[in-house]
Amino acid sequence: MGQALDVHRLHFAFTVTFHYIFPQLTMGLALLLVYLKTQALVTGDEHYNRAARFWGRIFGINFALGVVTGIPMEFQFGTNWAAFSRAAGGVIGQTLAMEGVFSFFLESSFLGLFLFGEKRLGRLGHWCSAFLVFLGSWLSGYFIVATDAWMQHPSGYRLGSGGEVALSSFWGLLLNKWALWQYAHTMLGAVQTGCFVMAGVGAFYLLTERHENYGRTFVRTGVLVGIIAAPLQLFPTGDMQGKMIAYHQGPTLAAMEGLFQSQQGAPLAILGQPDVEKRRLDNPLEVPNMLSFLTYREWRADVKGLAEFPQTDWPDQIPLLYYSYHLMVGLGTMFIAVMAVAVIWLWRGKLYGSRWMLWIVMICIPLPFIANTAGWMTAELGRQPWLIYGLMRTAEGVSPRVAAGNAWFTLIGFMGLYAVLAILWLFLIYREIERGPEPGGNGYGDVAAAAD
Amino acid sequence: METVWFCLVAFMIVVYVLLDGFDLGAGAIHLLAAKTEEERRQILASIGPVWDGNEVWLVAAGGTLYFAFPALYASGFSGFYLPLMIILWLLILRGSSIEFRNHIKSAIWDPFWDFLFCASSLLLAIFFGAALGNVVRGVPLDPSGYFFEPLWTNFRLGEETGILDWYSTLVGVLTLLALVMHGGLWVQMKTSGPVSSRAGKLAAQSWWGVLALTATVTALTFRVQPQVPANFSASPWGWLFPLLAVAGLAGVLIEWRKRNEARAFLASCAYLTGMLASVVFGLYPLVLPARNPLYSLTVNNAKAGRYGLKIALVWWVLGMILVSGYFTLVYRSFAGKVALDKDSHDDRD
Repeated sequence: MGQALDVHRLHFAFTVTFHYIFPQLTMGLALLLVYLKTQALVTGDEHYNRAARFWGRIFGINFALGVVTGIPMEFQFGTNWAAFSRAAGGVIGQTLAMEGVFSFFLESSFLGLFLFGEKRLGRLGHWCSAFLVFLGSWLSGYFIVATDAWMQHPSGYRLGSGGEVALSSFWGLLLNKWALWQYAHTMLGAVQTGCFVMAGVGAFYLLTERHENYGRTFVRTGVLVGIIAAPLQLFPTGDMQGKMIAYHQGPTLAAMEGLFQSQQGAPLAILGQPDVEKRRLDNPLEVPNMLSFLTYREWRADVKGLAEFPQTDWPDQIPLLYYSYHLMVGLGTMFIAVMAVAVIWLWRGKLYGSRWMLWIVMICIPLPFIANTAGWMTAELGRQPWLIYGLMRTAEGVSPRVAAGNAWFTLIGFMGLYAVLAILWLFLIYREIERGPEPGGNGYGDVAAAAD
Repeated sequence: METVWFCLVAFMIVVYVLLDGFDLGAGAIHLLAAKTEEERRQILASIGPVWDGNEVWLVAAGGTLYFAFPALYASGFSGFYLPLMIILWLLILRGSSIEFRNHIKSAIWDPFWDFLFCASSLLLAIFFGAALGNVVRGVPLDPSGYFFEPLWTNFRLGEETGILDWYSTLVGVLTLLALVMHGGLWVQMKTSGPVSSRAGKLAAQSWWGVLALTATVTALTFRVQPQVPANFSASPWGWLFPLLAVAGLAGVLIEWRKRNEARAFLASCAYLTGMLASVVFGLYPLVLPARNPLYSLTVNNAKAGRYGLKIALVWWVLGMILVSGYFTLVYRSFAGKVALDKDSHDDRD
């Protein structure tokens, strides 16, 4: 069983990590598209419509990949985690089904109209279609986060006689306080991905001296939205997330921070390598008392170390969890700094001419993807060894009859397929960037465009 | 309450088959019905704005099945592990080929995606049909409520069945032919010129195969799954469903000969609805019959808690009202035959 369990975990981790590359950009860009369309509506300037069309094309490619890699996620609850599904399907099936009914139908219906129906819909109608795509993608994010939040911090349920978990409060499930904070934190992460991609492409145009008019719009939009999102990511959403973990997932907080022994006035580890066997942090670079203060707002507060908890309740991948968390926080802090400098330069009117700052903005493009991935790894590795925190252990949730060999077979299949998709994604998006936002490029018709 | 949800899930699956059925069928005939670049673009344009929304019915039906009958979702999905994963791969390849084909014009780019689109659609139809065949035939559920089927064993209907045996393969072929008919009629209705008449001819040719296999598979089903004859003799009103299927199938040929394209397509919808409703009626209250009847999953032993099912009815109805609004809007803005018009491509101004 041990071996099959590991393969099933890897299977889900691989497919969901790859999948989340796409929705974070989709959700981030959806907001920025509404912003651009609003600018177009308010100013009446065709420039913003062209900008929105350019990002709409990139959005379309990205959305398609999000859809095709998303369907396997829903299926895998049943195929690879059957015992979990049998026990908890009555609860988390609700949010997953609501995602289909309330968001996917909305998104898929209005994306087609947004991408190909601009002439027919008129200015206001087209703005509405952009807004509804945004609404659909952000709703979808909520239902997924609510599902995950229920696994992190179950609420609104009761235990049945046969070990199954039944829903007992619909609003308890949907308005789980864990879900609200996690949603805010997740969406800000997605917005930052959108901002860095948009600003980064703008910087690329300015640095290569092409489409400079659009380049300035993209940089400005990305930086102005980014300077709002980046600090909010840290405070209050990240801070609240940390507090909830401190109160409800004690061993997780200790493992994230690499804190093996309980301490009054616990330090915050900036760098260092956790050595789980010897139960200590090697080469630590620490800020004294900081962890106590951040968690409890008291410099000398007592923070529980891993030693306080039975080892069976420790997350099973402590070093990976520790690094994911530190990577996320480190990158998040850096994003605040980059956005702050960029916005000051913008305000002083020297951002567009500052090559080194544009270089930094451009080079940042992949980093929010890494930060978001690390954030999800922190949440999910931190939840271990539980599948539903406090209720069901991960080892109990796996499909009893699917052997390791079959899981390897499909995992390898997904790896091959996703490698091809990744190359296609980069290739097609780079091509759109090369073509640029100016009208009259080497336009070659799109499938659905022909239908109009 | 569980019977209500049984019917609602069945309804969502029927809608999925009717809608995604025509775009799968269109894909299956893509290489045969369309020869030139322009004809192929016509077929793709006839499903372009709707195929993604159609596929959402699969996701939504899956989610609904998940919360209404969690034990069925768990047993069925883990037991059908291999075919479902293959279906996922095919869905990925198919979605990619529709979305990526028209991005580049090149002698190797679009023929590659055309082939992939056709092959994946064709295989999907067969695998969906085989999956249905497995559900009707029954699976080797064990006392703990799980099973695992390899792709095939000895192709016989014994104790240790595989996904593919002679019965489920036959259902797979029937599904392919029925969707070729369905998709052919759709393409005929939505396109014009040679591709429209070729698609219509393919639909009419497959009609005879559908007729022959419908008769064969129906007769076999009554012997393979004893619940089916039992249900039909217990409540004879259920014969309305097979009757609907027969009327629909007859209607397809009659309306096709009259060159009434829209009505022929609607008749095909009636046929598919009648067939699926017959299966659903024939199996109730079973949701996943076991080879050993003691271990069968029924609406009762697979259902979720009562509170969840009740509250879900509220949001489900609300959601469906919204969805019918979106679909009316999308299909209305997409009414009539598709025209390939260079100017219509508004993303280049």
